[in-house]
Parts: sequence; C-alpha cells; structure tokens
Amino acid sequence: MSVDKATVAKIASLARIRMDDAALEQMVPELNGILQWVEQLGEVDVTGIEPMAAVIPNTLRLRDDVVDADPLTGGGKREDVLANAPAAEHGFFGVPKVIE
Amino acid sequence: MTDLTSLGVKEIRDGVARGDFTAREVAEAFNAAVAEAAALNAFIVTTPDHALAAADKVDAARAAGETLGKMAGVPIGMKDLFATHGVQTTAASHILEGFTPRYESTVSQKLWDAGAGMLGKLNLDQFAMGSSNETSYFGNVASPWKKAGSNAAMSPGGSSGGSSAAVAARIAPAATGTDTGGSIRQPAAFTGICGIKPTYGRCSRWGIVAFASSLDQAGPMARSVEDCAIMLGAMAGFDPKDSTSLQMDVPDWEAALNADLRGKKVGIPREYRMEGTDQAILDSWEQGKAWLKDAGAEIVDVSLPHTKYALPAYYIVAPAEASSNLARYDGVRYGLRDLPEGVGLQDMYAATRAAGFGDEVKRRILIGTYVLSAGFYDAYYTQAQKVRALVARDFARAFEECDVILAPTTPTASFPLGSMNEDPLTMYLNDVFAVPASLAGLPAMSVPATINADGLPLGLQLVGKPFDEQGVLNAGLAIQQRAGFSAKPEKWW
Repeated sequence: MSVDKATVAKIASLARIRMDDAALEQMVPELNGILQWVEQLGEVDVTGIEPMAAVIPNTLRLRDDVVDADPLTGGGKREDVLANAPAAEHGFFGVPKVIE
Repeated sequence: MTDLTSLGVKEIRDGVARGDFTAREVAEAFNAAVAEAAALNAFIVTTPDHALAAADKVDAARAAGETLGKMAGVPIGMKDLFATHGVQTTAASHILEGFTPRYESTVSQKLWDAGAGMLGKLNLDQFAMGSSNETSYFGNVASPWKKAGSNAAMSPGGSSGGSSAAVAARIAPAATGTDTGGSIRQPAAFTGICGIKPTYGRCSRWGIVAFASSLDQAGPMARSVEDCAIMLGAMAGFDPKDSTSLQMDVPDWEAALNADLRGKKVGIPREYRMEGTDQAILDSWEQGKAWLKDAGAEIVDVSLPHTKYALPAYYIVAPAEASSNLARYDGVRYGLRDLPEGVGLQDMYAATRAAGFGDEVKRRILIGTYVLSAGFYDAYYTQAQKVRALVARDFARAFEECDVILAPTTPTASFPLGSMNEDPLTMYLNDVFAVPASLAGLPAMSVPATINADGLPLGLQLVGKPFDEQGVLNAGLAIQQRAGFSAKPEKWW
C-alpha cells in the first residue's frame, strides 16, 4: 500500500499537525519508503498467534478505593496542575472560543 | 590527589564513605568539567546547585555517622526525559520548552534518595526518537570520540546521546538513559561505555516522558559493569503509580556479581549474522565468544527465526503508541501554545503541534496515525503485534537451550553527524540488533569490546531471560575483565 498527498493531508489532519503543501510533498515519499519496508511483515505466517500487547505477563492492580490514595496523584493540586499552562485563567485552562 | 573526574560510581561512593575525599569535592570537580564541555552540547541545562546540595547532605550524613545510600556522593547526569521537580524538562523538544514539572519522576527520586546528585539534564533525540542525537531541538550532541585522522564531529548514538557523550567524556561518572528500541545500548556501544536496559517493568515509567509505553524502560549508563549494577539497584523497584511496574523484589545485583560462567550456556543467534555488518564487528563477536568460553561458558548455536521482522514490527508498534501518547501535547495544559490570530481550538492544536514537533517526531506520529486508522489497523498494527509475539516466542525457545545470548550491539561503529540523514530508513537500520530484545521486554546490555581500525569503540550485547539482569551483568563482567577496554577519547572540548 502507498499513500498520496491527499492521504497524507488526511492523516495530518487526524493527527492535528498543520502541514503546508511543501511539507506534504516532502512527507509522501518518506512515508511510502517506510510503509513499503514494513510491508514485508505480510510474509510472516501468523496463523493462530495472538497479538501481543503486554510483553511481561502482569495483572492490573486495583488501588484502595479511598480518596487521595496517593497524595501525589490525588486531588487538591489545582495550582500545580495549572502551573505550566500557557493560559490559565480564574483557576481553569484558558482556550480560544469553541462556540461559533 | 587523583583526578576525581576519572572515577566511576563505585570508586566515588566508596571513597566518600572512607573519607578519601568529600562528596562536595567530587561535585565541584564534575561541575567544573561540565562547565568546560559546552562544545559537546551534552546538557540542555546544568544544575550545579543540585549536585552541591546533594553532596552537602551526604557529607553531613557521614559526619553524623548515618548509613549512606547506594549512590551516596555520586553526581550523575539525568536524561531530559525524566521529570525533575523545579527543573525544566523538555524531551529535547520545542513543545515542552520551559516546562517545569511540579513533581519528580520515580526513578530520579529513587536516585536522590540513594544519595546521588544531579549535574544537569542531558540532551537526547527529540522525544527519544532517533539513533544519532540529531533530532534534538537543542542541537546535535557531539561524541567525545573522533575518527582517527579526521576532525569531523561523530554521533554519540541515540536516543540517550547526551548520556553516552557525558559518561565517555568523563564529565559525569554515570547517567540515566531510557531504551525503547536500543536507546541505551546503541549509544553505549558508540562511545565505549556500558549500559543496561532491565526487564520491562523493573524501573518505574512514572514521570518519564512517554514515547512507546509497552517498550519504554529506564536504565543506567556508566563506564563499568559494576557501576551499572549499583545504579540499576538504586533505580529499580515496584511503583504503584506505574500500572506495568513489576511487583517483585530487587535483587542485590552488585553483591551477586560473578564472572565465573562455568555451567552456563551462551547462545549465538545465527540470524544475527547479517549482510551489511562491519567485518570488525563480526570479528569482535568471535572474540566475545572466546572470552565467554574462557570464563567457563559453553557456546551453543541458537535460532531466532523472526529476527528480520523485528525492526519493521517495531516501526509500526512504536509509532502507533507514540501517536497516541503524543496526543497530549495540545497547547492547553502545558508547553508551547501557537494561537494564530482569529483561529479556533482545532486550528490552535494543529498550529501548536506543527510548531512544537520536529520532523522525525511528525513522521512517526503520522505513521502511527496511519497504521491505527480505520481500514489499516488489522493489516498493519494487529499484524505487527502478532509478529511481536513471534519474536518473543523465538527468545523463549532459545532460552530453553541457553542462559544468555551474545550478539553485536550495532551493525556499525559511530558515524559522522550529518552522514546518515538522506533517508530515515538507513538510520532505523542501526537498531537492527537492539530492537528484538526490546520487543520481547528482555534485559539487555552493551559492554565495550574493542576499538576498530578507525579508533572508534565497538560494543557487544548480552540478552538475558526475563528478570535475569544478574545473568546479563555476570556475562558482561566476564567480557569486561577479558576485554580490558581502557581506551579513552582524547580531550578536544
């Protein structure tokens, strides 16, 4: 499979990365080079093989069902959470108007 | 008095404990060496005050007769992928420039708790995506090594290239690294130092800027196997804040180091004999077999039939996870915001991400977005996950016949900066020997073996069974003792 400029523009839009024409033109052959190379995976017989998501068998743990079980990742951290925001206002994240 | 910057982790820790020198003297010596080495561009920010404060604490603890930590008095470099409280953390990207965490990563906190101090935040490939340290927003890192007869700046490897350059240049006795598909081992091999990636889950990922979460693992980089064992012991351990953290005890790897390999079997994977590998690397591999045999091990042939497919599978799995992980950079919560006049939220996202990510990061986000998109998911992503299962199964079968695997770390020695940028694929291929162990989550280490005809270091790789860091370290120690690698880069910075 290979991608054309329109497809790359679609992917870039899905990924929320603005790309101008020149950037798209340059990306098309680069992505096609990589995609053609990964195509060889199609040769592998994977009959009966389960896709691997977790490499070391591990069960997900449940933490204690209490408020602020871990003080670092619990609540009450508004100031810390907003400290690096490019536009924090009135204790919230500021964003451009989203209602037309 | 000895030049303190020539000392490693163990020598510094033991020297401070004995009172041969103070932790403050060590920190001052390394701070000065770091300040002199700006030409390497190994650090994005330096933190001499952090190193001094940690040293003073250790000196005071010693004066008070308290028990000192595993890393007491050792100043280290911290890859700028670990969140550090109050110190800018960028992942070498523009999008995180100025980001100053209000929290500390688990691994860095454990190192400070063990008595280490921080010399600064080390440069890397942007978001750890790269194998040459040429994708950092803050400029390339230059290796302290030069090719014989040339003045060209060489690659320190990547992505942990600031770490490898700093440790090889003796401006840090050790540094943290992270390894997603070779990012500890390949730079270690390029610069003549040691580096170990432990079993997936040994070191907490909490507070490490995420690249590909099912692969990312932190590990130490230092100039000896002993130093790696000590530092890994300080970094590893269960962390309830990381859902994939291993809930098991951390063995005392340092105490159990043993280079006597009698009764051990070392597997040589026949599929690693690949076209395009330097003859000097193949020769060093032969030499490695002889060294391990000399240490008492039996050498056996093993087969890892899906080796050739590991790298393409990695270049689907890792970008897919990256495209998802990097979706968090939206110009809202932290980092860069690019808000052109009069645009709405969606355009702000797109403008911010266009301005904040470098080319290689964009390439991988696009690949990842594509392979996860409707209609292509099964053909690419599911297929790659199945191939990953086969790569892991190959290792499991091989380990029925051997205890540890010996292979080259890289197919080539270091190359000049700028010489491999024509096609992204040629760069990817440099990780061909490193990626399979990453996909299988196995502990793997690079140790320096020899110097090639150009005067550049070559590394050998050891891959172990899950949780058997000890077996990897022991075989690494056997090689270290026989290789007697003592070459150092000549100071030009």
